Amino acid sequence: MPSPKRIGKIEFGLLSPKEIREMSVRKIIWADTYDDDGFPYPQGLMDLNLGVIDPGLRCKTCDQKASECPGHFGHIELAKPVIHVGYTRLIRKLLRVTCRTCGRVLLSPDELEKVVGTEDDLTGDQVSEKDIKKERVCPHCGEQQLKINFEKPTTFSEVLLEDGRKVEHKLTPADIRARLEKIPDEDLVPLGINPAVARPEWTVLTVLPVPPVTMRPSIILENGQRSEDDLTHKLVDIIRINQRFKENQDAGAPQLIIEDLWELLQYHVTTYLDNEVAGCPPARHRSGRPLKTLSQRLKGKDGRFRGSLSGKRVNFSSRTVISPDPNISVTEVGVPRAVANEMTIPVRVTPYNIDELKQMARNGPNRPIVNAPCGANYAIRPDNRRLRLAEGNLDTVADMIEPGWTVERQLRDGDIVLFNRQPSLHRMSIMAHRVKVMEGRTFRLNPAVCPPYNADFDGDEMNLHIPQTEEARAEAYILLSVEENILSPRFGGPIIGGIHDHVSGIVMLTHGLRHFTKEEVLYLLRFTNIEHMPPTAKEENETEYWSNKQVFSQILPKELNMVFRASSCQNCPTCKKDLCERDAYVRIIDGEVESGTIDKKAIGAFDGQIVNRIIRQYGMRRAAEFIDDLTKLSIRAIMLDGFSFGIDDEDLSKTEYGQIDEVLKNAALDVERRIKIYEDGQLEPMPGRTVEETLEMQIMQVLGKARDQTGQIAGRHLGLGNSAVLMAVSGARGSMLNLTQMAGCIGQQSVRGERIIRGYDDRTLPHFRKGDRGSAAHGFIKHSYKSGLNPTEFFFHAIGGREGLVDTAVRTSQSGYLQRRMINALQDLKVAYDGTVRTTGGRIIQFQYGEDGTDPTKSAFGDPVDVKGIVESIIKEEV
Amino acid sequence: MSTKLDVLKHAMVPDHTIMSEEDVRTLLSQYNITTEQLPKIFHDDPAVKAIDAKVDNVIRIVRISHTAGRAESYRLVIRRPKK
Repeated sequence: MPSPKRIGKIEFGLLSPKEIREMSVRKIIWADTYDDDGFPYPQGLMDLNLGVIDPGLRCKTCDQKASECPGHFGHIELAKPVIHVGYTRLIRKLLRVTCRTCGRVLLSPDELEKVVGTEDDLTGDQVSEKDIKKERVCPHCGEQQLKINFEKPTTFSEVLLEDGRKVEHKLTPADIRARLEKIPDEDLVPLGINPAVARPEWTVLTVLPVPPVTMRPSIILENGQRSEDDLTHKLVDIIRINQRFKENQDAGAPQLIIEDLWELLQYHVTTYLDNEVAGCPPARHRSGRPLKTLSQRLKGKDGRFRGSLSGKRVNFSSRTVISPDPNISVTEVGVPRAVANEMTIPVRVTPYNIDELKQMARNGPNRPIVNAPCGANYAIRPDNRRLRLAEGNLDTVADMIEPGWTVERQLRDGDIVLFNRQPSLHRMSIMAHRVKVMEGRTFRLNPAVCPPYNADFDGDEMNLHIPQTEEARAEAYILLSVEENILSPRFGGPIIGGIHDHVSGIVMLTHGLRHFTKEEVLYLLRFTNIEHMPPTAKEENETEYWSNKQVFSQILPKELNMVFRASSCQNCPTCKKDLCERDAYVRIIDGEVESGTIDKKAIGAFDGQIVNRIIRQYGMRRAAEFIDDLTKLSIRAIMLDGFSFGIDDEDLSKTEYGQIDEVLKNAALDVERRIKIYEDGQLEPMPGRTVEETLEMQIMQVLGKARDQTGQIAGRHLGLGNSAVLMAVSGARGSMLNLTQMAGCIGQQSVRGERIIRGYDDRTLPHFRKGDRGSAAHGFIKHSYKSGLNPTEFFFHAIGGREGLVDTAVRTSQSGYLQRRMINALQDLKVAYDGTVRTTGGRIIQFQYGEDGTDPTKSAFGDPVDVKGIVESIIKEEV
Repeated sequence: MSTKLDVLKHAMVPDHTIMSEEDVRTLLSQYNITTEQLPKIFHDDPAVKAIDAKVDNVIRIVRISHTAGRAESYRLVIRRPKK
């Protein structure tokens, strides 16, 4: 491989007619492609000098076979020049800034200096159309200039004054070319053109390059007919018109006919270059489909740049819907048998594995059940010939296999694969899992790995890639495996942990003090890696009992010591510690939970204190085991009691409804009172605010407080026995606000942080009086989702809800683009061995990574060392 | 009233000092780089003007860092290119 070179400069120029003729291997004059025998016409569009696409033929230029010949350009001599559509802007500018007779830039030396500066002190500016005053006289030859009109796509005309009337005089491409030719080289530099590589007259084509056959291959349809590429079709049109044009010209046809043909030629060349030009009907295929010409091949998402160069499709990948399976490990991925049978891993045959691989070849490509041993789809001979294994040749191929062959065996349990969900916003969006072949048609994943992928199961699809080499597999295992990516480099904490029901389940298990019989303990711990039962906690009526905290402690490492407060902690001014009535003070001594409820703070994704500590103390692999045990234990725990939520879980008693009504009534009265004060002109404005703003703020405050009070009333009644409260308090899902809105009162709807004021004159809806400032008239919803909304409330709710939707839509698109730009700016930077951050060119970006050289993954939630945690784990007490 | 503002005295402007040639040499050899690979700063940067640094000088910038407490960085003074 050649060594990398630094790019000195890049030159952009135009192809000159001379260059086009020089690079051409053949002048093309015939519009026909193939003769009746299917042989290319000489000097036709498929001339053998332009390269070959049919197997068996040899290129007349380079004498190579079909797949080896890169193709060669030809050319068409145009009867008259035509404008290149891609340069119409440039042509317009040049016509407007140069003299129509002498071709000089329409600026005196002094004026020119003002724009571009002197030779030593260049301003870096170029002469633009704006620098030239309209219809002025040439400072060099004194010629009166005319206004140049440009009409899309390719028409230029001069405006003449005849008898006081404006008359448009059309400029032919030949006129334009003549004018461009007159511009002297030294006048081109201030226009931003390097005359050595781009003379302006080259923007008007006199000769057209014919691209090689290899970039416009014709395809043979099933019925044996040839179907030409769109480009070939277009070239055929150009040659036909060009031919007719020449004939008419030679025959001395009238000017009118010549002009028509010229315009037609211009149209064909224009659409050949770009078929989506404004003001030009696109050239169409016989079927009515617009042709895909040169510009269309490059443009857009599926164009050459975004579709073929920046993004490519890969083999050895598959994609399907995902669904959850809490019974597999977080490090595994369930792969459908159909996918596992199709995807392969190449294995080189050696004397040590030959028997195994021969057996795989004998098993063939159809694995009937998931537990059957894997088969193989291909056997590759030492000369790289592929033999497809199919029913019928299995034994013959298997007997031929010997060391040196390669067998492409099917996927089987334990194989390392890459699993990915788009958008791949951070590195945890692609992780290595171990295969578990399963029945069904979906990929299965443990719900605990949903957070890093940001996946859910409402129809999400994910991709699976199979590394094909030992190196790739080793790299995937060491760098990308789930176990290595539990910690997020974003905040230095675990991103994988219990979610939703895992948290609810573990809270139901560990909250307060409960005792289980042996059967129950075994039921809970059945799927975890536990070998011995702990000593009993108590014995009653000759039955042995174990405590709930003991059960959870079984999955903890034995030397774990930590003290922290659970999510349910209310941050009381003086902590009651072990005596906390919410059981929120978690104390773990030597791997035994002494007190406290295990919830989101302890094991949740993003928070998981216990998970975090296990990673620091025992490493990521132990943490992955812990998460596996935890998910299984918590699922069993939630199943032991059962967990559900229904409409009657939002029911309150008569007293509460009375209290809520009271609170809302008082709030409404309070609002009325404040409006009264305002209307009497007695309201004292807050500093820096108007009276109206003050009133609005007061109303919002009163109503907000009222809503919170209804929530408290509802929460008091429901208590931890209620599923929604349990989920909200433990952090599993939802919040007390959600519960407030379901059972108490939905509260104020807002647009841009203010009460709803838009609508009709001085009122939001015709249901209210003009100027009504009351709570109901501006979007306060006093009902709950359970009790139901009245029509005006429903309307306000829709307004408020829509703002939320618009916000999220705008935010995601904006932050997505922001992220994309940042990634593009930062890509290819790396931390060198000396701790500096450098570009690929060795240029330094940071002298120490992050100024302190700390890996954020290895930091403790931002701090380089978790001093508190280390001290606590040694003295086994809170500091 | 024309008290000139000294940007260097502003709380948010870090310490800029011109490095001696000797210091620059050790710096370049320490990181095994040429001056071209250093981060750049324009000659008309207010802080550069304040310490009177010229094009091709290397400036040491010492700033208070969130993560490291004190962080040093070095920049090569270059001419601001015309647009």
